[in-house]
Amino acid sequence: MFYREAGDFKTSYAEDSQTFPIKFDRYRYYAVLVIAFAVVPFVINDYWVNAVFLPFLIYAIAAIGLNILTGYCGQVSLGTGGFMAVGAYACYKLMTSFPEVSILIHVILAGGITAGVGVLFGLPSLRIKGFYLAVATLAAQFFLVWLFNRVPWFYNYSASGQISAPERTVLGVPVTGAETAPWAAYLVCLLFVTASALVARNLTRGMAGRKWMAIRDMDIAAEIIGVDPLKAKLSAFAVSSFFIGIAGALFFSVYLGAVEVGEAFGINKSFLVLFMVIIGGLGSIFGSFAGAAFLVLLPVFLKNLLVGGLGWPTDLAAHLEFIIVGALIIVFLVAEPHGLAQLWRVAKEKLRLWPFPH
Amino acid sequence: MLDSVEPYTTEDGRKIGGVVMEMKNITLRFGGVTAIQDISFDIRDGEIRAIIGPNGAGKSSMLNVISGFYNPQEGEVFYKGEKRPPMKPFQVAQQGIARTFQNIALFEGMSVLDNVMTGRIRQMKAGLFAQALWKGKAEREEVENREVVEKVIDFLEIQHIRKTPVGRLPYGLKKRVELARALAAEPSILLLDEPMAGMNVEEKEDMSRFILDVNDEFGTTIALIEHDMGVVMDLSDRVVVMDYGKKIGDGTPDEVRTNQDVIDAYLGVAHD
Repeated sequence: MFYREAGDFKTSYAEDSQTFPIKFDRYRYYAVLVIAFAVVPFVINDYWVNAVFLPFLIYAIAAIGLNILTGYCGQVSLGTGGFMAVGAYACYKLMTSFPEVSILIHVILAGGITAGVGVLFGLPSLRIKGFYLAVATLAAQFFLVWLFNRVPWFYNYSASGQISAPERTVLGVPVTGAETAPWAAYLVCLLFVTASALVARNLTRGMAGRKWMAIRDMDIAAEIIGVDPLKAKLSAFAVSSFFIGIAGALFFSVYLGAVEVGEAFGINKSFLVLFMVIIGGLGSIFGSFAGAAFLVLLPVFLKNLLVGGLGWPTDLAAHLEFIIVGALIIVFLVAEPHGLAQLWRVAKEKLRLWPFPH
Repeated sequence: MLDSVEPYTTEDGRKIGGVVMEMKNITLRFGGVTAIQDISFDIRDGEIRAIIGPNGAGKSSMLNVISGFYNPQEGEVFYKGEKRPPMKPFQVAQQGIARTFQNIALFEGMSVLDNVMTGRIRQMKAGLFAQALWKGKAEREEVENREVVEKVIDFLEIQHIRKTPVGRLPYGLKKRVELARALAAEPSILLLDEPMAGMNVEEKEDMSRFILDVNDEFGTTIALIEHDMGVVMDLSDRVVVMDYGKKIGDGTPDEVRTNQDVIDAYLGVAHD
């Protein structure tokens, strides 16, 4: 009753291969979009934007990117933080070199530059797999952070070694810099999240996605049926890095405003995004959102509960937070190795017939 | 009849054309082991060509040479009249040679439909950008190729499992899905590596019917390896018999059946 697909017939293949083939899903998706674009910006305040919405949206983009590479194409990467740094520094250099061009274009270009760097570091994937590839991408992580730390050209020779985003406007409204209104920053990120999710979904339901999944599931068979492993793997690296670069650019310009590369884009970032993808569900766009939400919201929720609700000291709460999040991750992986996306799928299966199971 | 390359019509009315693929003096070695020794044979357009032989005779190696998985040390492969240079397997696939595997090689995490759609790689050329926007060529190709794939799905009677992940299917159905994926490519030669391995009599009958129907309705050239002699003799137009990497017989099922070397290899005589 709650959730049904009976009577929802398709009369063309185009209808059948759309993103949300079930009417109920489709309307819910439209509803979420309307609320996100038309309601949320009017009700949120500074705290919600900075503690919850911006990190959630930006990590969701990064998780989508990593999910394409790891979840869809089966190539493990620990270089996410490094690639986000590429996006951030590319965006910074573009913003300061071409101040008259729109920031939105800069962010997309930063994604493009990151895609190029991603392809370069994806080359080893043609010869090595699994853990060995993970270690190779780890090299990318450390090398890129080192590079942005050591070569002053990247941070425009600033004395602190930091990069900070100058004020840029979209349609006259500042979206970067100190004057940014919370809703403006939120809308910019939401725009990029929506576009990223759509593009990622289109790619993964089409032939590109099938080639990636074929490589993931059995690379030898994929080659026998005509998938060029070189093109498939490198395109996965390119698309994945593109999204991660956009995430890095937004993380720097819209969210943090000023960045020190080792702190903001260290190895911790790589692991965080990888956890998001694993907990959310490998090979699922929804899972990327779920994983990002889980790892962004849970600490905020725990902090509010322990410090705000129970009145415990902040340091105790912070330690407990680590313990609880860590334990939950382990419980989660044991109970549902396919992540939140699989839980969601199972719930939908049950709800199809609820409340009349026979 | 066998010596001429003139097109002819079989007793049941199928047209057999000229030579599509010719293997000339193929020798394949793995280190000191010679898997295939100086073997020549041809595959003609529209026929069902079987390769048989006892275990370890080099049949699968032969199929792997055809599909580009191994490059032979000596000998030449002619495809559609042209000598084929050493190629990667995906390039061979792009030329229109599709195959199935002895141990099923499907993509377990994908649905049956997606698996069969991967067979259309050769026909789907839309760029990454068009696919990202799901507009123009990408959308059109998706629908057009889906129609072809649905025909194959109908043909092999797997409509009911279209959206099921392959990992959940039983063995017999997986074999059929794999055949569907190869067929979706509309190959000029279809290679089947033991399509009936591990099947019961009913499943074998089904599979035989599908193979004959494919050949009959689409005119697909088929080269297959099979252990079940009854099946091979019933299905195929011509048979190559291998033993210890050498060719010991080649001809129609009747000719092969009466060949003394073949009888020796199968019934066993002392090898000296």
